[in-house]
Amino acid sequence: MKRLLLCAAALIASPLSAETIAITGGRIAIGDGSQPIDNGTVLIRDGRIVAAGSGVAVPAGARRIDAAGKWVSPGLVAGFTRIGIVEVDGVSQTDDSEADGSPFSAAIDVAPAVNPKAGPIAVNRAEGVTRAVVAPAPGKSIFAGQGAIIDLGADADAVMRPRAFQFMEFGEAGALSSGGSRAAAHVAFRNALMEAQAMARGASDDGFERQLTRLDAQALVPIVNGTVPLLIHVERASDILRTLELAREFPKLKLVLVGASEGWTVAPQIAAAKVPVIASALADLPASFESLAATQSNIGRLKAAGVNVSIGMINDDEARQARLIKQYAGNLVGLTRVPGASGLDWGAALATITSKPAEAVGLGSEIGSLKPGLRADIVVWDGDPLELSSAPTLVMIDGVEQPLENRQTKLRDRFRQAPEGALPKAYEW
Amino acid sequence: MLRKLLGGAALLALAACGQAEKPKSASSAPPPKGPLFAMDPYPSTYHSYPGVPTLVTNVTIYDGEGGRIDNGSILFADGKVVSLGASVEAPAGAMVIDGRGKWVTPGVIDVHSHLGDYPSPQVQALSDGNEMTSPVTPQVWAEHSVWPQDPGFSRALVNGGVTTLQILPGSANLFGGRSVTLKNVYARTMQGMKFPGAPYGLKMACGENPKRVYGSKNQPPGTRMGNVATDRATWLKAKDYMAKWDKYAEKGGEPPARDIQMDTLMGVLKGEILVHNHCYRADEMAIVMDMAKEFGYKVTAFHHAVESYKIADLLKANGVCSAVWADWWGFKMESYDAVNENLPLLHKAGACAMIHSDDANGIQRLNQEVAKTLADGRRIGINVSDEEAWTWLAIGPAKALGIADKTGSLKPGKMADIVLWNGNPLSVYTRPEKVWVDGALLYDANDPKRRPVSDFELGQPGEGDVK
Repeated sequence: MKRLLLCAAALIASPLSAETIAITGGRIAIGDGSQPIDNGTVLIRDGRIVAAGSGVAVPAGARRIDAAGKWVSPGLVAGFTRIGIVEVDGVSQTDDSEADGSPFSAAIDVAPAVNPKAGPIAVNRAEGVTRAVVAPAPGKSIFAGQGAIIDLGADADAVMRPRAFQFMEFGEAGALSSGGSRAAAHVAFRNALMEAQAMARGASDDGFERQLTRLDAQALVPIVNGTVPLLIHVERASDILRTLELAREFPKLKLVLVGASEGWTVAPQIAAAKVPVIASALADLPASFESLAATQSNIGRLKAAGVNVSIGMINDDEARQARLIKQYAGNLVGLTRVPGASGLDWGAALATITSKPAEAVGLGSEIGSLKPGLRADIVVWDGDPLELSSAPTLVMIDGVEQPLENRQTKLRDRFRQAPEGALPKAYEW
Repeated sequence: MLRKLLGGAALLALAACGQAEKPKSASSAPPPKGPLFAMDPYPSTYHSYPGVPTLVTNVTIYDGEGGRIDNGSILFADGKVVSLGASVEAPAGAMVIDGRGKWVTPGVIDVHSHLGDYPSPQVQALSDGNEMTSPVTPQVWAEHSVWPQDPGFSRALVNGGVTTLQILPGSANLFGGRSVTLKNVYARTMQGMKFPGAPYGLKMACGENPKRVYGSKNQPPGTRMGNVATDRATWLKAKDYMAKWDKYAEKGGEPPARDIQMDTLMGVLKGEILVHNHCYRADEMAIVMDMAKEFGYKVTAFHHAVESYKIADLLKANGVCSAVWADWWGFKMESYDAVNENLPLLHKAGACAMIHSDDANGIQRLNQEVAKTLADGRRIGINVSDEEAWTWLAIGPAKALGIADKTGSLKPGKMADIVLWNGNPLSVYTRPEKVWVDGALLYDANDPKRRPVSDFELGQPGEGDVK
């Protein structure tokens, strides 16, 4: 019942377009891992996909958008970002990603901090990103707080699902915030979940010394109950295995691994645990001692082992550069041509930036592909969406066509000729 | 100790007294011959590795200077480019590679890297890129921080086709120190990687970093005007230092006291050391160009230069290059006005421009960075050909590093620094297949043993893996 209410609320919040639209003649990529379909049609009604593929009948009265010679894909879903909660990283007043001065941790909810008018939303929208997983950054606890799923539409309502997941650090960063060791981080984790369990049971006085604030413990109740996913950032193989073992102790946990640079070395175990991974696509340096085995083949090898894997921007200009995910996915295709490397075929690569991240956060039936019934987040591209030379010519969110203009395009247009004209540049707008 | 101090004071007093009557011994010393002091105390020991005469046929060639040969051939031998054209004869014993469907370009040159100085793993013990103890540190040399075992060098080679790179000090300081240009070839020592005959660079920085780093310690500079004031005071000292040495060179006498800081700045004033100036904002670049005129030095290139597009005409008139990213933006206030078309807009205006990485990941995909900005430029009507765009990765940075007579294009007689790509190098689906440095095959995608593994990576998880 509660879930039903939540869904209804989400529907009301989304800007619905009460018309039928047919995007015709394009090369259609569904986003579910399948290969593109030539000369297909995407049919949209009331902001949702009705059908996509070849042989789709266009009803009379539908508004037609000609996509001949173009590519049509689902809007890109950025797997792990801080889009909308940071304007300029170096200007602390505009950075709502982290609160290391706060007494709260797991209770922190990014949703009210999301600014639909943030510059990165417009810039990423213009490059085909329509939804993003937005995570807070950790302060003084392993628990960073509750993340949101947002849309990148040019309207006042960006948050599609608030409190969609809890994010936590469990490797080097988790050790640091727990007093200095991984061992201490594990104790902090266990203690927090036990407090949440106690709260869920309504046990107010069981002799426990409380470490968490009431609100932090409360925020972890849906995590121990398994109604909300827990995204855990780990890179090292042993940290991944220890994390998977937590599910034995807390069997309802709905785990998602974030980062997992060394995931390929324990891919069978991750696959057996049926835990999705949101990974860095191209991290191939031993940037730390927890990512010594990092390789661009990580995602390809995880996929080959049967892991549900998608691309995220982990410590990778996550506040503004999610637009690079299409380049990253393209690189994974390129790897299939490097002897000894593991990449992805084109359809699977597109899925890592569309349906797979949506599935990882439990929204696979709402966003991330062109399957019937899903929200009509659609991008028409002037070429192969994964190719460096391509760009969107049309972006739609919930069936609503979006502006592609932003501060960057306006600056560019003002300075197409650098010298000043009859009046200073300030008068050209 | 006391005697020593007193002795010094006594000497000073004598010198002061002696101004009226010139000390005879000094004035009688003849002007020095040759260099005034050792200019190259840490000389390159790099040597090229053995290669075989190699002919690549049926291949698309971008020569790095804007030229293109379709379905052509290139021959290199003894470490040098021999010839290229529609058809080239293979000498007896040459290795012949069928390049059908593939591309040959000069090796990629990155004019802005911190590999070795900020290596992987990123731990404090290996972090040696910023001498953040004073805003004026032209006395430090990036080469003295380079850790030759940085795994990043191998990634830049095998994934990025990078054969030459400039290692710069960081940008915390107004005068960050000397840069060093390296061949991207592993060696036991920094000297073993040092590009023979490359001039030194001086890293300078404008803007937010120096004023933030030192202002927050409540020491100058704390503002942009403070940045320029400290710059100018330092250049004045340098001019004074140079005048003393010039006088000594001309008239002889007692040599002036050496000052390692001022040695570097004198090198700049004499045009021997090239200025690479970290600067984002257009208005600040304009001030720096005036400052360079005020003190008689030249800025070779502004680095990052995200607002160069606003003053393309000014940069062209001053003959100053811009080394830029394709799409980095907004991480700090001075990068807020970035546009994707910076590089093509500069190119169209006739201003010197090139790509750069400043990043251990970005250096692996400089070809892709060019492809993105090239396409963005074309979408607004700036039609630059693929082969012309390759100059942004090749002869452009080679000129900015003062090594264009040695590498940076596929002209006969130049170093055979060459990449064979497994497809169109401006496509996201393409990777280097083979990379030669001075004609030696140092990466081969088909041979796991031609994939360098640094000392650090030996015995670690993932050793020798395809990265």
